[in-house]
Amino acid sequence: MGTKVNLISGRTIVQGQNLDNKLSEEYFNEVATCELNKADMERLGVAADEPVKVKTSFGEVVVKAREKGGTPEGIIFIPMGPWANALVSGNTHGAGMPQYKGIDAEIEPTEEEVLHVKDLMKRYME
Amino acid sequence: MVEITDVVCSLCGCVCDDIVVEVEDNKVTKVKKGACSVGKSKLMGHGRIESPAIRENGGLKDCSYDEAIKKAAEILAAARRPLLYGWSSTVCEADKVGVELAEEIGAVIDNTASVCHGPSVLAIQDVGLPSCTLGEVKNRADLVIYWGANPAAAHANHMKRYSYISKGYWTEEGKKNKKLVVVDVRRTATAKMADVFLQIEQGKDYLVFSALRAMLYGHEDVVPDEVGGVSKKDLLETVRMIKESKFGITFFGMGVTHTGGRHNNIVNAIQMTRAAHTHTKFSIMPMRGHYNVAGINQVCTWETGFPFAVDLSRGYAWYNPGEVSATDLLVRRECDAALIIASDPGAHFPGESIRHLSKIPVIQIDPFPNPTTEFADVVIPCAISGVEAEGNVYRMDNIPIRLRKLVDTEYVADEEILERILEEVRAIKEKGGD
Repeated sequence: MGTKVNLISGRTIVQGQNLDNKLSEEYFNEVATCELNKADMERLGVAADEPVKVKTSFGEVVVKAREKGGTPEGIIFIPMGPWANALVSGNTHGAGMPQYKGIDAEIEPTEEEVLHVKDLMKRYME
Repeated sequence: MVEITDVVCSLCGCVCDDIVVEVEDNKVTKVKKGACSVGKSKLMGHGRIESPAIRENGGLKDCSYDEAIKKAAEILAAARRPLLYGWSSTVCEADKVGVELAEEIGAVIDNTASVCHGPSVLAIQDVGLPSCTLGEVKNRADLVIYWGANPAAAHANHMKRYSYISKGYWTEEGKKNKKLVVVDVRRTATAKMADVFLQIEQGKDYLVFSALRAMLYGHEDVVPDEVGGVSKKDLLETVRMIKESKFGITFFGMGVTHTGGRHNNIVNAIQMTRAAHTHTKFSIMPMRGHYNVAGINQVCTWETGFPFAVDLSRGYAWYNPGEVSATDLLVRRECDAALIIASDPGAHFPGESIRHLSKIPVIQIDPFPNPTTEFADVVIPCAISGVEAEGNVYRMDNIPIRLRKLVDTEYVADEEILERILEEVRAIKEKGGD
């Protein structure tokens, strides 16, 4: 059972710089990450760049933890992209818009590896 | 080496049009000024899809444009419930052909507004939008509010060219005589610049809009000491700044469209603008993401009457976001083929909808390989609009601007690819092959 958090996703500069370069290492290093408050990092017992598993009722994904000041306790931020979206429901509540922010999630340390984008896409094709 | 001035950026909704680049040996070799780091990255270019290709035995096999276009037309002509999705990172001329193709095959046509400012569109249809141009903001605004938007990361030139930092006719001293309010869950780079930062609890936007509306109408007595994580003191300070401004503007982003409440948040934001009108001039504008998402909304509306999520299978246009929007269609596993152009649902759709998309025949038209390419069955590379092809786009304030062509290319432009697919589809239908 992981720690309960509120997941949000959004843009970052490096994510934007690699919008046309999503199969690159630079995109992977930026987007397959999870920003957390320092206190939440300590509570989880993870250091920078260590893998964490994030689960929602729709899916789970492994990303690298990254400390980010300005993120409130209990909030985790994953840059918009394939890793964040592995956790997002397709339920649009009749509005056409999935809920990309404010998702109930659980987070825990893991020893599993972060999947590259090609492997992440293969999961859908199975 | 040739220097090209007044280059127009084809990245985000800012559509900056004062960029200077150097071109040598038919390549952009330097971005000299004007572009932000994200726009510069786009102009300098990345690895391309090198050849049209068709998937065979699990792998993509290179082929000619003619073969890929023929295969694409066969898939679309045979489909019973095709989805044509994307359209925001290309030009209006291509979008127009896209709507014609959708009509021809009775498809659902949807664009990236569906997962971006779709809720804003719904709210605007509900209560209207007291908005203006970015030029008016530059020349008049002395109060700028960014709500659920982080332009420092997503629209890096926005503050400099159009809002808080820009200098205009009545704002000649720039930010010295302006105020900045930022409303966000995280203390972002934009929030750090603010005179007042309202750090709200995630998902509480609606409450905070309501509190500000009540205060603007003179009912501060009904507002509790804290609303959505924001103190009444900070709310009162924000209201004071609104009342004292000569011209204010709220720019809102995905922070309000992507959360629970969706279009209801935007309705409340627009109503807050109306409340501000009882004191001063006030305006509001969505921070559109793709450089031409506003353009496909325009084109789709001219052609079908509706801006996104349009089903043409009935022989007339049926608009119902939540039913015929791309995500819903995919989650219900309703569509049996998809054409994806100028967007990347593999990266930006919920996993639940990618699961179906990855299993049906997918045609991808894009200059760059991306997660959608991983499962696309027909891949058709195209010229980069704004670098290798010209055409019209609409900035986030719905001002049309023409993209320039900077270099020559052998890649075919989106408009021509779509015209050739449409021609093939018509030929198949004439033969009775559908």
